[in-house]
Amino acid sequence: MTINVADGLTAAAAPPVVRSRSGRAVRPAVWLSGLFLLLVLAWAVIPTTFTSGTPFDTDIDAAVHAPSLQHWFGTDASGRDIYTRVVFGARSSLLIGVGATALALVTAIVFGFAAGLGGRFTDGLISRFLEVLLALPGLLLALVFIAVLGPGVSTDIVAVALGSAAGYAWMVRGQVIAVKDSGYVSAATALGHKRSRIIVRHVFPNAMRPLVVLATMGVGQSIVWSSSLSFLGLGVAPPAPEWGAMLDAGRDFVSTAWWLELFPGLAIVGCTLSVTVLGRHLQRRLEGRLT
Amino acid sequence: MTSLLHVEDLTVAFGDRDPVVRGVSFEVAPGECLAIVGESGSGKSVTARTLLGLAGAGSRVDATSLELQGTPLLHNGDRDWRRIRGRQVGFVLQDALVSLDPLRTVGHEIGETLRLHRYGSRKLRRARVLELLTAVGVPEPELRARQLPHELSGGQRQRALIASAIALDPPLLIADEPTTALDVTIQAQILDLLRAMKDRGTGLVLISHDLSVVSRLADRVAVMRDGSFVEQGTFADVLTSPGHPYTQTLLDAVPAAHRKGTRLSGTTLRIPEELDVPVADGRRADLPPDGVLLSADGLVKRFRGPDGVERTAVADVSLRIGVGETLGIVGESGSGKTTTARLALALLTPDEGTVTLAGEPWSQLTEAKRRARRWQISAIYQDPLSSFDPRWTVRRIVEDALPGLLYPDGAARRRRTAELLADVGLAEEHADRRPLLLSGGQRQRVAIARALAPEPALIVCDEPVSALDVTIQAQVLDLLADLQQRLGLSYLFISHDLGVIQHVADRVLVMRDGRIVESGTAAAIFSSPQDPYTRQLLASLPAAQATPQPILGG
Repeated sequence: MTINVADGLTAAAAPPVVRSRSGRAVRPAVWLSGLFLLLVLAWAVIPTTFTSGTPFDTDIDAAVHAPSLQHWFGTDASGRDIYTRVVFGARSSLLIGVGATALALVTAIVFGFAAGLGGRFTDGLISRFLEVLLALPGLLLALVFIAVLGPGVSTDIVAVALGSAAGYAWMVRGQVIAVKDSGYVSAATALGHKRSRIIVRHVFPNAMRPLVVLATMGVGQSIVWSSSLSFLGLGVAPPAPEWGAMLDAGRDFVSTAWWLELFPGLAIVGCTLSVTVLGRHLQRRLEGRLT
Repeated sequence: MTSLLHVEDLTVAFGDRDPVVRGVSFEVAPGECLAIVGESGSGKSVTARTLLGLAGAGSRVDATSLELQGTPLLHNGDRDWRRIRGRQVGFVLQDALVSLDPLRTVGHEIGETLRLHRYGSRKLRRARVLELLTAVGVPEPELRARQLPHELSGGQRQRALIASAIALDPPLLIADEPTTALDVTIQAQILDLLRAMKDRGTGLVLISHDLSVVSRLADRVAVMRDGSFVEQGTFADVLTSPGHPYTQTLLDAVPAAHRKGTRLSGTTLRIPEELDVPVADGRRADLPPDGVLLSADGLVKRFRGPDGVERTAVADVSLRIGVGETLGIVGESGSGKTTTARLALALLTPDEGTVTLAGEPWSQLTEAKRRARRWQISAIYQDPLSSFDPRWTVRRIVEDALPGLLYPDGAARRRRTAELLADVGLAEEHADRRPLLLSGGQRQRVAIARALAPEPALIVCDEPVSALDVTIQAQVLDLLADLQQRLGLSYLFISHDLGVIQHVADRVLVMRDGRIVESGTAAAIFSSPQDPYTRQLLASLPAAQATPQPILGG
C-alpha cells in the first residue's frame, strides 16, 4: 500500500503541461471507465436483473464447460455459471473496496490531523507509531488481523483498511502541516479568525484535496487486496461468490480451463483500472483548477 | 563600426497563435551594450533565447536576416546551434540556482563548457576554470570550484554562471535579467563585472525590466511592448527625450527622489472621490492620545535552524509608527525585515522586548486576547497568491475579512465587498473569479481590499510591489497613497527597493543582519546617510539618469 501512496504522490507532482495534452487523449478512456463502473455498481445492487440463475446453482453434468451461448463465461468445477458468479461477486468486492478505503481514510484523518495540528509531543508519538506500521508489510498486518478474528466480509474490510491506513495518515499529516504553514492560514490568523474556524475553513478542505484522488485510486487497490486475501483462502469463504476466491478455486484448472481464471481476473483488473483512470482524471481536473 | 549581431525583421510565433515577437530589428557592435527593456510578457526573453536557438518547442522563427559575425543563423540545425552556444554566444540567466546543476561542483560546471568545445587538456581546463573564477571576482576560487552551487552565496553563484558563459570568450553575451534575483549591493558588483567585459570588447544584449539597471550598462536601448520595439535609440536620447508615450509611462513609473509625493502612474484609477467608509462607534475612536499607533521596544527573535544552531533574526529592534505615517524598512534579503513585520503583526512572539499597539500591550497578550483587536492592524504580503486560499473566489476572500459585528447579514457583506473592490479599482466581474485567474497587479489589489476590510488603522506592507512590473507597481503605490490620504492609514512599509522606500516613506529604518543600522526621516537618510552600510546601499542604487553612473566599488 505504501507503494501505491508514493505512486499517487509522484503523480500529483507531475508537470501541468502533461495535463492539457493527455487531458484530451484520455477522454474515451474516462467514459469507458465510468460506464464499466456503473455496470459493476448495477451488478452489485441489482444482480438478478443481469442473470436468471443464482451463484450457488450447481450442475455436475455441465462442470468445467468452456464459454458458450448458454454459459457466457463457462462453468466451474461444480458446474456453476461463472458469469452469474462474477455478477454476484461484484457486491462483496465493491463493498470491501469502498468500505475498506473509507475506513482507512477516516482513521487516517483522525491520526493525520492529530499529528499535524497537535504539539511536538503528540506529533512525535503518532509519527513514530506510523513509521512502525509503515515498516511492516500491509499484507502481514491484514493476515495477522484475520488470523485472530477469522475470515469474513467485515473482517476483510477492517484488515484491508488496517493495511492501508498508515500510508494515508502519513500523507494527511504532511498535507496538514503544509497547509498550516501556508500564507493563507497566516493571513487568516492575522485577520483575527479563531483557530477552529481556520481549521474548518482552510486546513481541512485544502489538506483533503489531494486525498480525494488518492482515495479513488485506493478503492481499486483495496479490491485487489481483498481479492488477494480471498485467493490466499483468508477472505470471503467459499462457496460465496467473490472474485479473488474464484481465482483461488480455478487455480488447479489453469492449464485446462482458462475461463475459470480469465473472467474473475478481468473483473478485478477492469474495476481497478477504471477506478484508477477516473482518479487520475479527477486529479487533473482538480489540479488544473486550483494550483 | 562592424556589426557583431545583425537582426532584421525577427518574428517568433508559437504554434498557430499570434507571434509573440513581431518584426524586431537591431544590431550589436563589439564592445556595445544593447538593452531590451519591457514588462513581463513583452517578448524580450523570447527574443533573447531566439538568438541562441532556444526559442522553445513549437516555435516558428522567421527573419529577413539573423547574422552573427556575418554568418547566417536562421537555418541552423541543433548541431550548428550547439557549436555556437558557449563559443560564440554566451548566455547568462536570471536565477543561477536553477541554471546551475545542483549535483555538480561549480568547477565541473564551468569546465563542462570548455570540455564540450574541446578546449585544451584536462589540466589546462582546470587552470582556465580558476582563471575564470578569479576574473569574475569569486573569492577563494580553488575552494569555490570544489563546492556545489547551493554552498555559494547568490552573488557568487551569479558570478559562476557568468564565468561559465564567458569561458570561451564569446564575442557576444546575452544576459536575461542577470541581476533581478540579487540584492542591490551584489547587483552593483555584477553590473560592474559585465561593464568590464563590455570594455574589453564583448558585445552585450541585456534583457531587463529595470530601467535603473539598464542605465548602468546600456549604450543603446530598445523599448519592447507586445512583441515589437516601440522605440530604439541611444541610451541618452531614449531616456531624456522619449519619443513614444509608452517609454514615458515606463520612465514615469520609476519611483525616484524628485517624484516623491506625486503620482507615478498616468492612469486615473476609478476610485470614487468620496470613499464611503463607515466608521463604527468605538472602532476608529480609540486612537491613542499620544499619536503613536504601534511601538516596539528592544525586539529580539531567534530561530533554531535545521542544523540546531540558533540564529538571531532580529536583534534589538525598536520602532514607532504614528497615526497617518508611513515607516519604511529597507534592507537586503536576510536582514530581518519580514521577521520584524511578523512581530508587529504578532504572528510571531518576540523572545525579548515588547510590541505595543495603540497604547496597549500587544505582543504580551495571548492569541485569544489579541484576536479581538486584530482588526486594528492588517497586512499585505509579498506574494498575494499564496496568501489566498486557492479554493476561494475574490468575493469570498474579501467577505471573510469583514468584521462580523459591522456587517452581520449577507446583503450588507455583499454590498461592502463590492464597495471595497471598487475602492481598489477592481470591477464587479472580478469578484467571482479565483485569484489564480487574475494578473499580478489585480491580485495585489485584492490583497489590499482584504487588508482594508477590517477597517484597520495600520497596514503592514511586506514587499507589496516587488513581484510587479514597474507600471503596475506605480499603480499600486499610487493606490496605497490615495487610500492613506483618504482614510488616514498608517503603513509599515517593507521593501528591498530603495527607490520604492524613498518614494513612500516618511521615516526610514535601514536594517542589516537583524539590526537597525540607521534611522531617520526619508529626506535625511537619502540625502546624507551617516552609516557606512547605508552609504554603500545608496551607492549601489542604480539611478535612472541620462548619463551612466561611474562605477562605485561595492
